[in-house]
Amino acid sequence: MTIELTESRSAPEALTLVRAEGVRKSFGDNEVLKGIDLHVQSGEVVCLIGASGSGKSTFLRCVNHLEKIDGGLLWVGDRAVGYRIKGDKLHEQSHNEICADRTDIGMVFQHFNLFPHMTVLENLMEAPLRVLKQRKVDVRRRALDLLEKVGLSEKADAYPRHLSGGQQQRVAIARALCMQPKLMLFDEPTSALDPELVGEVLRVMKDLARTGMTMIVVTHEMGFARDVADRVVFMHGGRIIEEGAAPEVIGNPQHERTKAFLSAVL
Amino acid sequence: MSGVITVPEIGTTDRGQFTVVPARHPWRWVAGTAVAAVVILLLVSAVSNPRFGWDKVALYFRDVAIVNGIGITLFLTVVCMALGVGLGVLLAVMQLSANPVVKASASAYVTIFRGTPVLVQLLFWFNLSALYPEITFGIPGVSLDANQTITPLAAAILGLGLNEAAYMSEIVRAGIQSIDQGQGEAAGALGMSRIQTLTRVILPQAMRVIIPPTGNEFIGMLKMTSLVSVLAVPELLYSAQIIYSKNLQVVPLLLVASIWYIIVTTVFTVGQGSLERHFARGTSRSVPPTAAERLRKFFRVHSTHGSGKGGQS
Ligand SMILES: Nc1ncnc2c1ncn2[C@@H]1O[C@H](COP(=O)(O)OP(=O)(O)OP(=O)(O)O)[C@@H](O)[C@H]1O
Ligand SMILES: [Mg+2]
Repeated sequence: MTIELTESRSAPEALTLVRAEGVRKSFGDNEVLKGIDLHVQSGEVVCLIGASGSGKSTFLRCVNHLEKIDGGLLWVGDRAVGYRIKGDKLHEQSHNEICADRTDIGMVFQHFNLFPHMTVLENLMEAPLRVLKQRKVDVRRRALDLLEKVGLSEKADAYPRHLSGGQQQRVAIARALCMQPKLMLFDEPTSALDPELVGEVLRVMKDLARTGMTMIVVTHEMGFARDVADRVVFMHGGRIIEEGAAPEVIGNPQHERTKAFLSAVL
Repeated sequence: MSGVITVPEIGTTDRGQFTVVPARHPWRWVAGTAVAAVVILLLVSAVSNPRFGWDKVALYFRDVAIVNGIGITLFLTVVCMALGVGLGVLLAVMQLSANPVVKASASAYVTIFRGTPVLVQLLFWFNLSALYPEITFGIPGVSLDANQTITPLAAAILGLGLNEAAYMSEIVRAGIQSIDQGQGEAAGALGMSRIQTLTRVILPQAMRVIIPPTGNEFIGMLKMTSLVSVLAVPELLYSAQIIYSKNLQVVPLLLVASIWYIIVTTVFTVGQGSLERHFARGTSRSVPPTAAERLRKFFRVHSTHGSGKGGQS
């Protein structure tokens, strides 16, 4: 099962696809992100690890503007997330502009969040048809192609409820890919799965990484991080406190916190 | 003291050697018979008492005025519900809005229209010309004579429809709020706009929660239209009243109206069931069985010749 799909609609020019510069985010008095600096190269797979509450999900959600950042700048391609830059002014984006920018970013959630009232095929086709206004024949062909690649061709007309968790998550990945995104975000995609179903989802993600997709993955699967990630980033208390090549961070952590965390999860 | 409890010896308990005796429900039969007796007594009294005037009921059952009245009742029901649902969805979205002014206005609307009797609202609309002799909508050049514009039928539609919107908005709001937040986030992450998210993702799922109470509202509306008889709109009840004010056959004509109300509400109830089935798509939640299915099940479970197959679902 190999995924060689999704030539992006607009090939990324810059080598750096995501650049976070001092990103801050608070919920009320609770500062959850305290200045995140992170560069992700185009084609790179970055795993975000860290204890619960360290702000991994929040950062990921900031990248596609499900949360609004309070400080710093966050670049995806040549766009500043949430702002239009004119001269020395940051204009807040309109809702339509935010929606348009999100079409380049696919997101996979812990709880799949498939649309339960639509069949698998309808789940995949909905956004390309209604948001990108692409032709139905093309979208349909692409959707069926993707379902084949995640090994779920025969489930095209099934409703999500009738699929196992692992199958639902593979559909969710296919749904995101059907938008032909430049960047894929995964927020603990296997945490809600029974252990025997984790492998099938990680396999799909591994195949996707091999195609050169840029991926930011929040995960507790250290095996996946070691095998697939180009870089591992360890977050603690709203900051990045260690990052580097996967074997180094996982095999030979420098920071006390990283050591403690890794010895707990490994 | 505790004795050792053991299972029977192997070989003595082959299921094939037993006959299954289905459970009897004698009290159900007793209760059923008692209720049936009361019902029969009532029916006998209704048929034997000449003052019910069943011959008059038959005579007026398909009277032209009555049939026209049904037409107006149905028209009012459909138009007022359409107004109520449309405005109700709008009010529900307004109540969930982040804009405090929008939100407060919607809440005020709901408070006012739910807090006053419909009859009072109907009379207000009927007498609107006393408040605003001319309706200009604040636009220069537009001037409508309120007495001509607000006909009794218009007052009825405004009164019932705007009142219904307040109730529908609460139903729709509950439906929207019952949907998992992840649905909206997933739609947003796919680049869908707020309107697309609402109409394609949230509302279709909320329908499952919205439809059953809306069906009840619909049937309630059908009966509520009888209130507009006070505005002399010739719907079903007022048509019956016109006839009995002339021939004084009050009870037979009220029976005619009642039987028609029952017929129409029954038809609507059947339609409601199939609508619920449609929106249960993709869910495992079982839909309530139809009356016929329930009756069949009763006789299957309570039939005297047990099938000997053990329990059935
Ligand atoms: N919508 C919100 N409102 C208020 N506080 C929030 C919100 N979302 C997250 N938080 C808080 O922000 C902090 C970081 O949460 P976040 O979900 O980013 O952590 P995480 O690293 O993803 O943890 P986990 O491994 O449990 O998913 C937590 O303390 C959480 O309570
Ligand atoms: Mg998280």
